This record gives sequence, C-alpha cells and structure tokens, in this order.
Amino acid sequence: MTALVVAEHNNQELKPVTLNTVTAALGLDQDVHILIAGNACSAVAEEAAKVSGAAKVLLVESGAYENFLAENIATLVSNISGDYDFILAPTTTNGKNVMPRVAALQDVSQISDISAIESSDTFQRPIYAGNCIATVKSSDSKKIITVRNTAFDAADATGGSAEIITLEEINDAGISKFVKEEIAESDRPELTAADVIISGGRGMQNGDNFSILEGIADKLGAAIGASRAAVDSGFVPNDYQVGQTGKIVAPDLYIAVGISGAIQHLAGMKDSKVIVAINKDEDAPIFQVADYGLVADLFEAMPELESKI
Amino acid sequence: MKILVPIKRVVDYNVKVRPKSDETGVDLNNVKMAMNPFCEIAVEEAVRLKEAGKAEEIIAVTIGASSSQEQLRTALALGADRAILVETEVEAEPLGISKLLKSIVDKESPDLIILGKQAIDGDNNQTGQMLGALTGFSQATFASEVNLEGDSLSVTREIDGGLQTLDINLPAIVTTDLRLNEPRYASLPNIMKAKSKPLDIIPAVDLGVDISPRLETIKVTLPAEREAGVIVETVDELIDKLKNEAKVIS
Repeated sequence: MTALVVAEHNNQELKPVTLNTVTAALGLDQDVHILIAGNACSAVAEEAAKVSGAAKVLLVESGAYENFLAENIATLVSNISGDYDFILAPTTTNGKNVMPRVAALQDVSQISDISAIESSDTFQRPIYAGNCIATVKSSDSKKIITVRNTAFDAADATGGSAEIITLEEINDAGISKFVKEEIAESDRPELTAADVIISGGRGMQNGDNFSILEGIADKLGAAIGASRAAVDSGFVPNDYQVGQTGKIVAPDLYIAVGISGAIQHLAGMKDSKVIVAINKDEDAPIFQVADYGLVADLFEAMPELESKI
Repeated sequence: MKILVPIKRVVDYNVKVRPKSDETGVDLNNVKMAMNPFCEIAVEEAVRLKEAGKAEEIIAVTIGASSSQEQLRTALALGADRAILVETEVEAEPLGISKLLKSIVDKESPDLIILGKQAIDGDNNQTGQMLGALTGFSQATFASEVNLEGDSLSVTREIDGGLQTLDINLPAIVTTDLRLNEPRYASLPNIMKAKSKPLDIIPAVDLGVDISPRLETIKVTLPAEREAGVIVETVDELIDKLKNEAKVIS
C-alpha cells in the first residue's frame, strides 16, 4: 500500500499546500511518495525530499510538463499509478484541472475536496457550497482524491530524507500549448498561505476604496481578499475571491470588511480561527459567524483601525 | 462548427439546502430547481459564438430524470438549436455522466464542448476533465475568455494567483468560470419558440454504458456550527479583544 502525492510547485519551489496534502496522505498510508513533474525542477525535488514523512520523491523533467498541461500530466500520473492505492493532490486549480482526467483514465470515481478521512475508503467532503457535509465510501480499488488544504495541518517541511528517483516517462499529447501566464505580483502573502486576511465586499463601493485595506494589511502582514459580490462588481480581480467559487482559506485572523456574509462567502472562510466583521448593517449574516463584530461605517472604522493597530 | 453544451438541473442557487432528518441525503422536497449557474454561462458562451458567426449549431444535452427537460427548454430558449435528454433515474456520478456524454460525442461529433466548471450541488468539478480523458480531446478549464478563430482556439483560464492563456486544438473541451460572460435572460418570444425546438429523449440504458455509482453516501449532515461571538462598540475595544483575548495581533 502506497500513496502518491502530486505536488504543487512552480518549477522553482514547492507550494505549501503540498504539505497539507502530504498530511492527508499520511492519514491513509505510511508509505508516501511525492511526484514532482515539471521542467528544470530538481531543486523542488530536493525540497520535497526533506518533507517529513515522504519516503520517496519521483522527479520527472520535461518541457511537456513545464506548464502542468492537464493532458500531459494526467497521462503521466495515470501511467505510473499502477503502484499506488491512493493518489492525492491539493484542491488547487492545478489539482482540479488534472486529477479528474487521471481518474477517468483509471476508471475511478474521484473523491473531490475531502475535508476529513474516516477510514481508508470513507471520507467527508463539503457539498452545496459547504452547507452540508457528505460522508462517502468509495468502492473503487484505487482512490483518487483532491484535498481541501485548510482541513489538514501542514506536514513538516524539514526532517525527511527521501530518496529521489528520476523517471523517464515523457508524454506530450501535442494538443494544447501554453501561451502565457499573468500572475499578480504582490509583496503580500498568498491568500491560501496567509496568517491574516483582510477582505472587502460590496460595501467597499468601488475598486479604489480597496486602498483603505492596504495600510492595515501592510501593518498586519495580511493578504487582501474579496467577496464574490466585490469581484462581480468589478472592484478587484477574481483571484482575490474568497468563497466556494473562489479560494478556501483558514487563517488565524480573518477580517471581513463591508461583507454581508453570503453563504458562498462563508463557505470559503468559516474555518478561520478568529473572524472579525465590520459592517454598518447590524443584521448582516456575517455577524452570525464572527467572533468579534463591529457595527460601523467602514470608511470611518478602517482609518481608525489602521492608525491604532 | 458544432457546439455541444452539457448542462445540469440543480437546486436553485438561492436555496439554502438542509440534510434530511434521517441524514440519508439532502432534502429536495418542494425545492426550487434551476439550471446550474455555470451551465448558464456555458450556454451563453455558445450562443455568443453562434451570434458571431463562428458556430452553426448548438446542442444542449443533459443526463437526468424526465424533469430535466425543463432546463433543456431553458437552454433552447436561450439559443440552443436542439436538445438531448439522456434519461435515467440513477443519480450518476461525474464518471458515469462523462461516459454517457462520450456516447453523445461519438454520435454528434461536436468540434467544441462547453460546460460548467462544476455543479453547485455536488461541487465535484470533474465532468469536463473526465470527458476530456475519455474523448482524448484537449481541455481548458475555468475559462474567463474564449477566442475562436477558424480552427484555432485560445482560452484564458482563471488559475490560482492570476490568469493563464492556452492555445488548444479542436475538438476541445472548455469549462466555464464565473467571469466568462453574464448570461442573458430568455425573452418571452424565445421561450415560446423553444417549445417547438427538437428535444430528443434517449434512455441511458440504450447507450450501453455502466453508470453504476462507485461512491456510497453514508450520510449527509450539517457542518459544525460556528458560534456567534460578541459585538464590540468601538475600534478600541476591537483592538483590545484581538490583542488580549484572541491574541491574534500584537
């Protein structure tokens, strides 16, 4: 019995979400391998080899894998899946893109976005935007799983000494081509990795007003997020979005500013350790999940908070 | 250019669902049903491609019970030319649905398949990618922009941290993200016209595909409730609580 974790990385460094997936894998099997598929990414493999609990690291480098094209990576994972009882990836856009393709190639019903492991074949996962939790039991001999990273602790990034094995399994379907990537440049932490997040909603009124959040974010070392309403209104880009259709986060401190607290937003942040809500509408549903609520006009409260924090 | 748009009938997104009292599933009694929002975006994108003269025919397809005809009629009212219901009472999983869709793809030979990135009931986010594996077609998931010029398809995708652009070969599968477009409402004349558009019903068993579920739902429960906290009166009090009670800032 062995578990394979399909690592998330950018050819330069291992993404922290991989560590949460390793923890989930260790919950299923003590023999955990990590796959690093990319191009010129041996440094990532060396990083993965140090992850506590990793028994082996499989490294495969090719231009065909550089941009994680689903067609190529899925074929790779499927071709090496014979040795594995469990194949896991984080529920990131990459994981979501690739894993169902692997599952269908293996004739397996994927278990998406698990939030708890009950046994080697039974898992909990949120459905209906997190309004319900389904406990499902898989009858497939192989389990193909994506992992909700906020539901599992990160494995220790150091302390391991896994063997690195280089694979020569190259697949290039040649039916898709990477053109470009525009990754938002920011000095702030990534939403899914931040200890503190400050998010704005429709109450921000426009995109320019998001600058009100920046000063506080700088002081707290926070990432800036947004509700779907703010994204739909065009205030900020979609990669700011926290919620069922955006990013699922669970920081130590989540500050919701001018966010009413629609179900779909709550689904993305209600596992945060401490939630603060600032909203002038005292009936806003966000107050029902907030540890600390402040009924106030954000345009007055936020500058005051920034000056005093 | 022929476009296939698989859609799904789901609980309306405004409904807050609850588990059944015996926890065997979600209580769907007397709940308003609608087309999955991401599927509406898929239909809209197909209609826009047709309106731009880049596609000739749009076929909407769904897998489900007879009641799903309602959502197919909606797709027809929005601009699909014809519809197919693959009828089954089995609540098929994405893998089974993808296999049935593969049969339809084999019959219809579409150049492009556009579907929602996920249905808001099961939140699986699998069907498009699985259909990609079964057909061997290229895929571009979570699309926020689709440019079709002749045989060349360029898709901008919403990825963690930003956007990615791919050029993919036809036939291709595109799954829609929220910002791809804003779906129109069906006009009354178009709703009337949709009633006479062709809607074929194919029993799923006729397609000879094994769609038996692999996942058994043991139970469906409410998530752990978060207790409401306290309302603070001032910014000073808030800062005090965060520093001294929650100890999340210093």
